[in-house]
Amino acid sequence: MCRLKLPSFGAIYYLLVCLVLYLPIALLIIFSFNDATSLTFPLKGFTLHWYQMLSQSSELLHAVRNSVLIALGSALVATILGTMGAIAIVRYNLPGRGVFLAVSAMPLVIPYVILGVSLLILLNQAGIRLSAPAAGLGHVIISIPYALLIVASRLVGFPNNLEEAAMDLGASYWEALGRITLPIISPALLASFLLCFTISFDEFSIASFLVGTDTTLPVYMYSQLRFPSRLPIVIAMAAIIMTLTMAVLIFSEWLRRTGQNTSRK
Amino acid sequence: MKNRQRFLTLIGLPSIYLFLLFILPMGLMFIFSFRGGTTGAARNVFTFDNYIKFIHNSSFQRLLWRSAGISFLMAIVSCVLAYPLAYYLAFQAGSKKTLLMLLVIIPTWTSYLLRIFSWKLILGSTGLLNSILVALGLIDKPSPILIYSRTAVVVTLIYVWVPFVMLPIFASLERIDRYLLEAAADLGCTRFEAFLRVTFPLSLPGVVAGFFFAFIPTLGEFVTPLLVGGAQGSMYGNLIQDQFMRALNWPMGSVMSLAMLVIVLLLMFLLTRLGPLTDLLGL
Repeated sequence: MCRLKLPSFGAIYYLLVCLVLYLPIALLIIFSFNDATSLTFPLKGFTLHWYQMLSQSSELLHAVRNSVLIALGSALVATILGTMGAIAIVRYNLPGRGVFLAVSAMPLVIPYVILGVSLLILLNQAGIRLSAPAAGLGHVIISIPYALLIVASRLVGFPNNLEEAAMDLGASYWEALGRITLPIISPALLASFLLCFTISFDEFSIASFLVGTDTTLPVYMYSQLRFPSRLPIVIAMAAIIMTLTMAVLIFSEWLRRTGQNTSRK
Repeated sequence: MKNRQRFLTLIGLPSIYLFLLFILPMGLMFIFSFRGGTTGAARNVFTFDNYIKFIHNSSFQRLLWRSAGISFLMAIVSCVLAYPLAYYLAFQAGSKKTLLMLLVIIPTWTSYLLRIFSWKLILGSTGLLNSILVALGLIDKPSPILIYSRTAVVVTLIYVWVPFVMLPIFASLERIDRYLLEAAADLGCTRFEAFLRVTFPLSLPGVVAGFFFAFIPTLGEFVTPLLVGGAQGSMYGNLIQDQFMRALNWPMGSVMSLAMLVIVLLLMFLLTRLGPLTDLLGL
């Protein structure tokens, strides 16, 4: 007897949603291999031409380089600041904790256009020229809540008696943090770094106000969206980056989860 | 005393950063909102004119209401679409839960700009939807009405937000004690009754959190309207962007941003009344 198990309504719904979620991404990847300048249906034929053109587009490569650099910088700063904040709020319940939490979480909901223009005013008042690193300053602000939450959830997972044991054995508080706490939470630190990297790398709204002529990749892509003939190259670049980003984030998610699982055992 | 010192040392650096690059810029924006102009002598004149103009200009307020309408509709539909998804993942997905969850989240990790742009490829006059409709013979020539409209903005934003809205709903469903459902069944509830009277009320905080989590940042959205909205679909965020990048009327732009900031902070305050933000967002 072979009985076919019918998929439930929930499973069908899930599949449909996933289909819609992946459709736009699939479209972009398909068009990056399409042998036509205009992104229209019907498709023309398979080509790798757009991928080959990538290496010749120096402006694009410059924008990628800018984006990588500011993403590295802002992810590093956000992870360090987020970790310090996370240790403080998880381990100590002292006055100032609530205010700090509220302020650092605010960028999660404040529209990026407001963060962008307020930083534009700051740079203007301070007489600092617009540049890609200036966008990095803003990216740290929007990354801190994520760094804070990732590291804090890892810290909650293990009790602080390991730190106390180290201090009983003669370590100073800061030695205990550096040699006991940080190694234990290192998967969370890496996960936070990778997530913050992709937040900055992908960020357009804030960067569009702050970079001036020193474009980052999203700002460059936006400027190219108006020139149909340049689009396929941009989309080829995007297809590569999407694939890389997904790989990096799946790795980061895996780190975060293994970190949490080991701490529960 | 020692604890206090350690706490302050740890929290000091992040606090200084947040103060200098988050709080201080907002303060400067507040000062800028009183200036007479962006550059030159007018910059050093302080006046209430910008506020008076803002209050008397009905087109600003109309755009603010339109943005609120777009965000509201988008957030409500996102909650409705995300709920069954979260329910399936929380109650029916079984051992594959983590993997299936990840599959929903992965698309949100790809370029925000291009995910929005690709809706032009779907809704555009030579796009996927029009091509399919023509091929099926439902319309004789491609319809241009799908793109550059308020509807296009709402549809695209729903696409962007459904996975994020799903997270807090999922978190609240996961927290429900399964014994409560058994108890409801023992007491004679059908599954549907148990859902209506136990599961749904208990998951409401997650739904409300998801709603606000999508609604608040979208109020200031300007990228989606730029790409798929056209003149019909432009939002308040576009108005702010225009003041800073094109009209170069920074003081007016500051007034508009502050008005938005006040609304956002009020809404966020309401949101935190529901419970700790981290719990609500399921992070």
